[in-house]
Amino acid sequence: MIKKLSKYIRGYRGLAVITPILVVLESLLEILIPFVMADLIDKGIYGGSMDEITKYGLLLILAAFVSLSFGVAAGITAPFASAGFASNLRKAMFEKVQDYDFMSIDKFSTASIVTRLTTDVTNVQQAFQMIIRIFARAPSMLVFALIAAFRVNHKLSLVFLISMPILIVGMLIMNSKVMPIFERVFKNYDKMNNVVQENVRGMRVVKSFNRQEHEIDKFDAVSGTIFRDFSKAEKTLAWMAPMVQFCTYLCMVLLCWFGGKMIVASGNNEILGLTAGQLMSMVTYTTQILMSLMMLSMIFVMLTLARESGKRIVEILDEESLIFSPEEGIKDVKDGSIDFEDVTFEYKHEDQDGLLTEGPRKRRKALFHVDLHIDSGMTVGLIGATGSSKSTLVQLIPRLYDATEGTVKVGGRDVREYDLETLRNQVAMVLQKNVLFSGTVKENLLWGNENATDEEIRHALKVSCSEEFVDKMPDGVDSHLEQGGSNISGGQRQRLCIARALLKQPKILILDDSTSAVDMKTDAQIRRAFKEEMSDVTKIIIAQRISSVMDSDKIVIIDHGRIMAQGTHEELMEGSEIYREIYETQNKTSGVDLDVEGGAL
Amino acid sequence: MAKKENVRKMGGPGAGGRQMLQKGAIKTLNKGTVKRLLSYLKAYQLKLVLVFVCILISTLASVASSLFLQTLIDDYVMPLVGALAPDFSGLLHALMIMCMIYAVGVISVLFYNRTMAVISQGTLKIIRDEMFSHMQELPIKYFDRNTHGDVMSHFTNDADTLRQMLSQTLPQLFSSVISLAAVFCSMLHLSIWLTLLTVGFTFLSLFLVKTVASKSSGYFVKQQKSLGELNGFIEEMINGEKVVKVFCHEQKAKEEFLVKNEDLRHNMSRANALSMLIMPMMGNLGNVLYVLVALIGGAMGIAGVMNLSIGGEATVTMGTIASFLVLSRNFMNPITQVSQQLNSVIMAMAGAGRIFELLDEMPETDEGTVTLVNARETEDGRLTECQEKTGIWAWKDGDKLTRLKGAVVLDDVDFSYIEGKQVLYDVDVFAEPGQKVAFVGATGAGKTTITNLINRFYDIEDGKITYDGININTIKKRDLRRSLGIVLQDVNLFTGTVMENIRYGNLDATDEECIEAAKLVNADSFIRMLPKGYDTVLEGDGSGLSQGQRQLVSIARAAVADPPCMILDEATSSIDTRTESIVQKGMDNLMKDRTVFVIAHRLSTVQNSDVIMVMENGRIIERGSHDRLMEKKGKYYRLYTGATE
Repeated sequence: MIKKLSKYIRGYRGLAVITPILVVLESLLEILIPFVMADLIDKGIYGGSMDEITKYGLLLILAAFVSLSFGVAAGITAPFASAGFASNLRKAMFEKVQDYDFMSIDKFSTASIVTRLTTDVTNVQQAFQMIIRIFARAPSMLVFALIAAFRVNHKLSLVFLISMPILIVGMLIMNSKVMPIFERVFKNYDKMNNVVQENVRGMRVVKSFNRQEHEIDKFDAVSGTIFRDFSKAEKTLAWMAPMVQFCTYLCMVLLCWFGGKMIVASGNNEILGLTAGQLMSMVTYTTQILMSLMMLSMIFVMLTLARESGKRIVEILDEESLIFSPEEGIKDVKDGSIDFEDVTFEYKHEDQDGLLTEGPRKRRKALFHVDLHIDSGMTVGLIGATGSSKSTLVQLIPRLYDATEGTVKVGGRDVREYDLETLRNQVAMVLQKNVLFSGTVKENLLWGNENATDEEIRHALKVSCSEEFVDKMPDGVDSHLEQGGSNISGGQRQRLCIARALLKQPKILILDDSTSAVDMKTDAQIRRAFKEEMSDVTKIIIAQRISSVMDSDKIVIIDHGRIMAQGTHEELMEGSEIYREIYETQNKTSGVDLDVEGGAL
Repeated sequence: MAKKENVRKMGGPGAGGRQMLQKGAIKTLNKGTVKRLLSYLKAYQLKLVLVFVCILISTLASVASSLFLQTLIDDYVMPLVGALAPDFSGLLHALMIMCMIYAVGVISVLFYNRTMAVISQGTLKIIRDEMFSHMQELPIKYFDRNTHGDVMSHFTNDADTLRQMLSQTLPQLFSSVISLAAVFCSMLHLSIWLTLLTVGFTFLSLFLVKTVASKSSGYFVKQQKSLGELNGFIEEMINGEKVVKVFCHEQKAKEEFLVKNEDLRHNMSRANALSMLIMPMMGNLGNVLYVLVALIGGAMGIAGVMNLSIGGEATVTMGTIASFLVLSRNFMNPITQVSQQLNSVIMAMAGAGRIFELLDEMPETDEGTVTLVNARETEDGRLTECQEKTGIWAWKDGDKLTRLKGAVVLDDVDFSYIEGKQVLYDVDVFAEPGQKVAFVGATGAGKTTITNLINRFYDIEDGKITYDGININTIKKRDLRRSLGIVLQDVNLFTGTVMENIRYGNLDATDEECIEAAKLVNADSFIRMLPKGYDTVLEGDGSGLSQGQRQLVSIARAAVADPPCMILDEATSSIDTRTESIVQKGMDNLMKDRTVFVIAHRLSTVQNSDVIMVMENGRIIERGSHDRLMEKKGKYYRLYTGATE
């Protein structure tokens, strides 16, 4: 994982390498400065010499200045490197996702992709910044301080051999205890999020059933668990500071006792043993050594926490899409004829996060040996119950998914032979769950064709029966749409989505239940316009309302991934029981009485 | 309309918390927020006092340790130098005292750290619980205005900034203040002149730090803005990813992303770089101060200048200067620490500000007094209130009982969600008890709005709504809603078993009653087919079920509540016709003997209603039974037949 992620430091590798060096140099100076200070006191102040004070003072200022420069430099390079790293990661992930096929998009829910692109990247970025700064700083401080201490007096340094193991063991025990608790805490955080999310989403349900107290009880339970676990974790972590202090104090007392004896024995002579100034420096080193140990242990806690995020990022980057454009793909679609030849399709991806609210959930077969021929310019209606795989069938045409077995042909050629962009431009699809983007109406429409002229836009609006309401909007086609088009009604959204697809001037137009929120009258109007204005375009219409497909050249009934019947309205009324049943349900007045057990649930 | 300023995704604790600095964050650092935040700590008053005492002890112990060291060497070690038979008992004695001080110090640190963990988490729990309870009382309007992500981030990101501050920053601030005070006194004790020098220099450095900090916070604001923009873009694109692919828009998306991504990188690296300058600056300014004190002090000492201290006047000795040097370092340290914590304080205050914003949202007002009670009919036809369920409900206004029949009347109702944008005009509806009233019309015609007014999710602007002749404004909201069952187009199920989800309608219902309800609405057969039947756990809003199955569970939920009046809002529109017929049957069973308001797109589902209201642009333009409306050959006829003028 680390190897994979480290690839994305590129472009900032220099900064990423230089930062630890700067940090090491800075800590080296931080170790040296106490030396100069000791001399300043010993030789300057106690020696009563202004010259010495000035000399060491200047030296100290120089050291401080150099240390400052290193510190400042590292303070600049580290965030630049890590922000760059994060930006690379985001870019790589976003581009990867752009290249996903539908199968991969289904695999991760959109919510999860967004979280990975935002929160997880931030976590990894912070961990990275910490690695290149503190991870370099702590060990080098440790080593330098140890060396310095040994140089001052190696016998006294043995004190560290006592205190360091105590601290290390203590920290290891603490970390091993605290990690599982933290993992629990994170799970409970997810639970809390879930309770809040369900509550906010279902607020109308909560209010209409007066379940406020019930919800509060639910929340109290999970917030109580968080409280218990989190305070337990923090209580465990609370041992850290006293442990470090204990070891520091232990060292200090030992140093004073043995050091005091040494000073007396040597007559405060550096050559014979130890001086008072040196003892003071030893104390400073003690603090530095133990503090850097503490930093190291904290880094490990942080890194473990960031590891999860790292894993989730790598999952995005590792996902391999199976659909890509062939080299030398055909760039011309002859006509709008479509052939399904013994097509079987199976959804393969397991749902990763259990967050999917739609789409396939498990490995399951969705289409079984489908054979279907559609002539160019035909209007075809597809009907069937929810979950009967109508959408799956049409999604194979623009290669949103690839057939598991069998061949799908457009214009007489296997769809896999076409250049993907050509194919998708010629096969315009209005998805069931369609989306408008924030921006003006016109900007949204231009998605269909960047170079569309104003007349073409007018025409598309007219055919989709959007002209009237768009003209009523404050700024016409330049009116602003909120994200998801939330400031216009559902039916208006659907009509704009159709207009957007029309601008592609495709050979095949697929409407996947795209007029469900449009009233019948408008629906009929749109269909009439299709017939008049786009007679040579193959049109496939998936609908719930039989009236939407009644006048099609061919109506196809799908159930459980199989084609049950096909033909014109009259033929099907004659020959298909299912069709008749649906027709009657929808068109007979009340008193519906169906065989419930045989229903489509 | 909910405008997304900043898409904050939920995540683990601390996730993104560091980037929560928002516009005006600094401004939120006002007294009110701090005071209010501290008021939450009241529950832990006693513990907090103990904590502060412990911090005091431990801080003094650590200050003492650094000061004591010099005295120890000067008083117990140096005099022994040169002695023939040095007597270390004095040193030993002094060390024992130090050991004791240290022990007390360590124990107090342990104690206050552990106590603070409980206090900070406990306070967070109080705040979270309060937020959640408060949220339950907020009007639907609030949830229209705010995105789910925004609401949720109050519970995670915002609360996390507080955690950081309560458990770490607060104790540290206190301990820094104490050690500053202690060191300051010790410095005064040694030399007033040098103290003045130190304090003056410190102010100078703080000024420098402030300059840098304010510059960095400027970049933080920019960073926050570009972060919001990028996240918003990511959210929008990923949500529409399938559309992006259908339109081969990947390249353009990438290009746009690159610009926003680069923007964020630019601002983020600068914001962080500036804030990271503070540490080395303060540290090395401390070194400069050290030299300054040494130079000036040394010069004073050599020149034999008279020293002024709290203790009186004396010549500057070299020992004094040496001790003072140690102190000057100890003086800078806490200041450095505090300046490091500054960011976390600002962020916590911004977080607290947002939390208080939620808590300050006005809850739904309820001036109603009329309640809903179970009633029994005495032989002479009068109603008396009773506790047990009788099947007879009554409105209780003071002592007066009115039998609940389910007559709902909207009289000349006007309404607008946003001031100035009226969505309903002069709406009159008369629903007789037991009648089925349907609303049809295009999306946005105002059908759902009417039902939202009946159960008072929103309050009407003008006109009157009465329920059995009682103005609904005088009915307690909870009782009003208890009398109205509701099934919505967007089904919301909760994590839990199917049984629990059905029981949501009536928490007192037994398993048998739940199953009975499920049978009534035709949900029983499919539930029994689930892997664990009624004990099957539903997660993620019932994502394992089909749309129709989810709808059936929600209808069963409404059935178990057994309300006298029902609202069915597009309950079947996303279900295919065959499934619908089953769901419809379930609903027909449910609708028997109740006043029902139905909203539907599919006219086939409403044609057996007693009255059909045809709506257009917020007005009722036609009303009558299916047959009458068909005869009339008006809008309804055209809608129904799909004919155009």
